[in-house]
Amino acid sequence: MASPTLDSMESNAHETPAAAARNRPRYETTSNPIVAGVGEPLVVVEGVEKYFGDFQALKDINLTVTKGEVVVVIGPSGSGKSTLCRTINRLETINAGEIRIDGKKLPEEGKALAALRADVGMVFQSFNLFAHKTILQNVTLGPIKVRGQSKADAEKAAMVLLERVGVEKQANKMPAQLSGGQQQRVAIARALAMKPKVMLFDEPTSALDPEMINEVLDVMIQLASEGMTMIVVTHEMGFARKAADRVVFMADGEIVEEATPEEFFSAPKSDRAKDFLSKLLSH
Amino acid sequence: MDTLLNNSDLFISGFRNTLILFFFSAIFALVIGIVVGAMRVSPVPIMRGVGTVYVNFIRNTPLTLLMFFFAFGYPKLDLPNPGYTVLAIIALSVYTATYVAEVLRSGFNTVPVGQAEAARAIGLPFGPTMSLVIMPQAFRAVIPPMMSVFIALLKNTTVAAGFSVAEAGTIRANLSERGEPAIVVLLWVAFFFVILVGFLAWLQRSLERRWKVLR
Ligand SMILES: Nc1ncnc2c1ncn2[C@@H]1O[C@H](COP(=O)(O)OP(=O)(O)OP(=O)(O)O)[C@@H](O)[C@H]1O
Ligand SMILES: [Mg+2]
Repeated sequence: MASPTLDSMESNAHETPAAAARNRPRYETTSNPIVAGVGEPLVVVEGVEKYFGDFQALKDINLTVTKGEVVVVIGPSGSGKSTLCRTINRLETINAGEIRIDGKKLPEEGKALAALRADVGMVFQSFNLFAHKTILQNVTLGPIKVRGQSKADAEKAAMVLLERVGVEKQANKMPAQLSGGQQQRVAIARALAMKPKVMLFDEPTSALDPEMINEVLDVMIQLASEGMTMIVVTHEMGFARKAADRVVFMADGEIVEEATPEEFFSAPKSDRAKDFLSKLLSH
Repeated sequence: MDTLLNNSDLFISGFRNTLILFFFSAIFALVIGIVVGAMRVSPVPIMRGVGTVYVNFIRNTPLTLLMFFFAFGYPKLDLPNPGYTVLAIIALSVYTATYVAEVLRSGFNTVPVGQAEAARAIGLPFGPTMSLVIMPQAFRAVIPPMMSVFIALLKNTTVAAGFSVAEAGTIRANLSERGEPAIVVLLWVAFFFVILVGFLAWLQRSLERRWKVLR
């Protein structure tokens, strides 16, 4: 294994053996892709409908993401990609259907929901680092306040993660002092610090200057290769080809097509996908 | 100067009461204001409703009327009477809290929604999201209007004078009875208020400076 990986976070003195056992399998996919757990459904979206007033943003969405799988969601603006992402950790409520994470139905509100959200990492287009906290504090806030880790443990784990995404030198700076690419890598580290079961990325590179896109994509590609389950909304075809197991194409609130990256980019089946890809390529 | 020295007893007890009224009212107003401000953006509709009713009801009531209620109405109820000073503090806190809540609410609006979403996304429930992420940023954005609220509170302590609490505002009335020239007394009282307000202004500037560096 090159460079520090998620496994190095596992040596946490405060973690119970049960918790450690629960956490381990998905990281072990790093060294051995054929392990128990891979292939089991982790995120199950069933018949989900979402309305904003009269406008239907999601129409009968059915999607199953298995452990260790990387799914890229692609589609024209307004097709409901962000909405889908946000319903999966219930930043948006749904009007019909059901969403299950690791077999558990998404709770309505309150403590149970907060606990479930902690298992679902989210990376936003606009980074959303806590503006009044240092980089290190951004990463340790969740582990300390939600997971109940000690400050020292949380900081140690955070430094490992910051090093992993290459911003350890900025640990004591404020978010505004970092470039967009650095901020987004910190945001990834912040999400990883919670040891999530699945990571959601909503256009993580579209607010970045072109020269910073790759530094973020590289971190994501490495994460994917280590067996993290990921749902990624992105138009970066390079990432999709390199890291994705499956491409999901959405249009007008519906899933129109699902295929492997090769199939989808070289031989899209639906007219809407063909039309979308021709526009994407001409840019 | 003679006016001041010959009557230092009145000046000292008057300003001590002003400071007591101000200090305790400020703390309670801040606490109640934070709670009510948070209620107004709570995901629970009942909490929002209670917060809104509280702010609109109290804020639209003149302070003198509130004081009137606590000074004359409340003692008539068959409840333990803690004395005028405490009742005045309650009236001032309850009244000022509505302004604290409203200033805070305008502060919430300056914090991008993404901040709250990021906090929720790492699993923080509503309370910690407010206290750890939203409130600290909202406070920073509203230091000047918040200080205005507290300066107004300082001046509003004089309203308590009309209701038997011997704070600084009553010095003038008492000294007039002792035959001191009214205008001199008034100037001294005003002078001390300027000093107190000056202290608040200094506090505001140092808070702003400290938090500007942090951001
Ligand atoms: N809070 C909201 N209130 C009302 N309508 C909304 C809201 N959020 C999204 N929508 C609408 O729902 C539709 C889907 O939005 P969504 O943000 O999911 O699209 P998207 O696929 O992520 O688009 P983009 O590529 O531009 O990010 C859009 O038509 C949008 O206008
Ligand atoms: Mg979007």
